[in-house]
Amino acid sequence: MKTVIAENLVKTYNKGKVKALDGLSLDVEEGTVLSVLGPNGAGKTTTVRILATLLSPDSGRASVGGIDVIAHPEKVREVIGLSGQYAAVDETLTGWDNLVMFGRLYHLNKNAAVKRADELLEQFSLTESAKRPIKTYSGGMRRRLDLAASLIVKPKVLFLDEPTTGLDPRGRQEMWGVIEDLVKGGVTLLLTTQYLEEADQLADDIIVIDHGKVIAHGTSDALKKEVGGERLEVVVEQSSIPKTLEIVSRVSGNQATLDEGLRRISAPVSTGSMALMEVLRSMDSEGIHALDVGLKRPSLDDVFMSLTGHAAEVEEVTK
Amino acid sequence: MNAIKDSLIITKRQLLQLARVPEVLIFSTIQPVMFVLLFRYVFGGSIETGQPGGYVQLLMPGIFVQTVAFTLAATASGLAEDMKKGLIDRFRSLPISRSALIVGRTLGDSLLNIVVLAVMGMAGYLVGWRPTSGLLKVALAFLFLLFFGYALSWVGIYIGLSARDARVVQNVSFLVTFPLTFLSNAFAPTTGMPRPLQYVAEWNPVSTMVAACRQLFGLENQFGATAGSFPSENPLTMSFIYMGLIMVVFVPLSVKKYKNASN
Ligand SMILES: Nc1ncnc2c1ncn2[C@@H]1O[C@H](COP(=O)(O)OP(=O)(O)OP(=O)(O)O)[C@@H](O)[C@H]1O
Ligand SMILES: [Mg+2]
Repeated sequence: MKTVIAENLVKTYNKGKVKALDGLSLDVEEGTVLSVLGPNGAGKTTTVRILATLLSPDSGRASVGGIDVIAHPEKVREVIGLSGQYAAVDETLTGWDNLVMFGRLYHLNKNAAVKRADELLEQFSLTESAKRPIKTYSGGMRRRLDLAASLIVKPKVLFLDEPTTGLDPRGRQEMWGVIEDLVKGGVTLLLTTQYLEEADQLADDIIVIDHGKVIAHGTSDALKKEVGGERLEVVVEQSSIPKTLEIVSRVSGNQATLDEGLRRISAPVSTGSMALMEVLRSMDSEGIHALDVGLKRPSLDDVFMSLTGHAAEVEEVTK
Repeated sequence: MNAIKDSLIITKRQLLQLARVPEVLIFSTIQPVMFVLLFRYVFGGSIETGQPGGYVQLLMPGIFVQTVAFTLAATASGLAEDMKKGLIDRFRSLPISRSALIVGRTLGDSLLNIVVLAVMGMAGYLVGWRPTSGLLKVALAFLFLLFFGYALSWVGIYIGLSARDARVVQNVSFLVTFPLTFLSNAFAPTTGMPRPLQYVAEWNPVSTMVAACRQLFGLENQFGATAGSFPSENPLTMSFIYMGLIMVVFVPLSVKKYKNASN
């Protein structure tokens, strides 16, 4: 069963001047994780806000747990948990205060709300800081508390908008662990991210979006295949460029591309270091000297390059 | 009723905030008390009132009204803060009544007003304020003040939800409340103003509120009211009309705005 469905969502801001979503469709199978991957300004937050009933689309339809988000937002709110892009908790209150308050708002009685708050604080390793104002929390602790607040009544569907952006590597690892446990518990998860690695780690299914449209859809393996797995890159002197292009194209079996400014020649390869050695041998026998050479794993940028032919435009966000 | 319960939880959150940061409560009471002392001793001597008991009898109702009028700013900036922190999104994604957050906040700000008015009343008493109308009418006057603050809270909700930035909210709120409180009979008689301003001051809701409170506190002298206009003759009625109007206009506007917040 598809637990989350969005069809042809269109959303514009500023009276039509900014098109945030341009016919976006997606679905999430029950109990699985869909990752929405996209650069700044792609429309990730807008998508999440529509699905979480905070925003109505200009057109298109969406349902969560079989309930239409536009017709019955109040019913949708009973089955979802949302942790937005920026931790949304009351900073002057303590972690414990926040969780008890949200518990009460989910209509738990006083004792149940307190019990649940204690459980969640324990689960997210926040027990020690429970009685401190959130103001004093680190970024990672805030994020965890924010996530805890969206789990008070175990939601059927969870939306996480960039849960690890701004966390250091350790914080990110911890968050991934927490999310993996949730998924084991059977929640249906829609998660947005800017990192291919994160989608790779957590998601069953990935959609890549740009300018409010889905530009690719598949498992992380399928996407990587589409990108071409690893890329071989070699930098040479100006005079050796034509010959090297030929060699790299032949060895990789793909048309090599040239970055003229950097004098860098690259092509997707499927045989990794074998290809690398082969290229170096061929260059050597032609008497070409490589200034720099290496294998690169596909990044979000490569996904974009290969899918759209342009690099991800990074839009500066001020917040 | 869940809607009421939800609102009260939000109100309780505000009280908790006060408990965690008591400075807020301390400063929101110190400021009006300071006003009482300043006006009483700085201007009090130079304003000739002919009022038995002196200027302080006329001053206190004015300061009470001014203080509750500033509820507008408190509500607006509190809400703007929640918007900025993204808390509004969280509340709006919960299965609670959609107006719980704003109703809860207006109630919370009224509770704060109770404390502030009580402290100011005591301070007034210490500097010679003596209402003569009896307990019932004095209590009525305070109730009346609370309602006025509550109504203005809804204007604050609207401003808080409309502005994009918390600093703008502060400025807009002061831009609304300052002229209203000073272009009135609250601190000095309107008779000294240029003619056109006198009309504005007379119809100003703050003036009708102040005049109504003075009546309820047992003052004879309709300080500042120029002859014969409807608001100066019927300040109580007129104040009720104003409060009703404010609520009728701003409650639906604010609720609608909240539903589409940050759309
Ligand atoms: N309230 C708004 N008013 C005007 N434009 C908006 C508003 N919210 C978003 N946009 C624009 O809509 C587009 C999509 O924004 P959205 O926030 O959904 O992107 P995102 O993928 O979440 O980006 P990020 O990674 O930076 O969070 C962007 O061009 C953004 O500038
Ligand atoms: Mg975003």
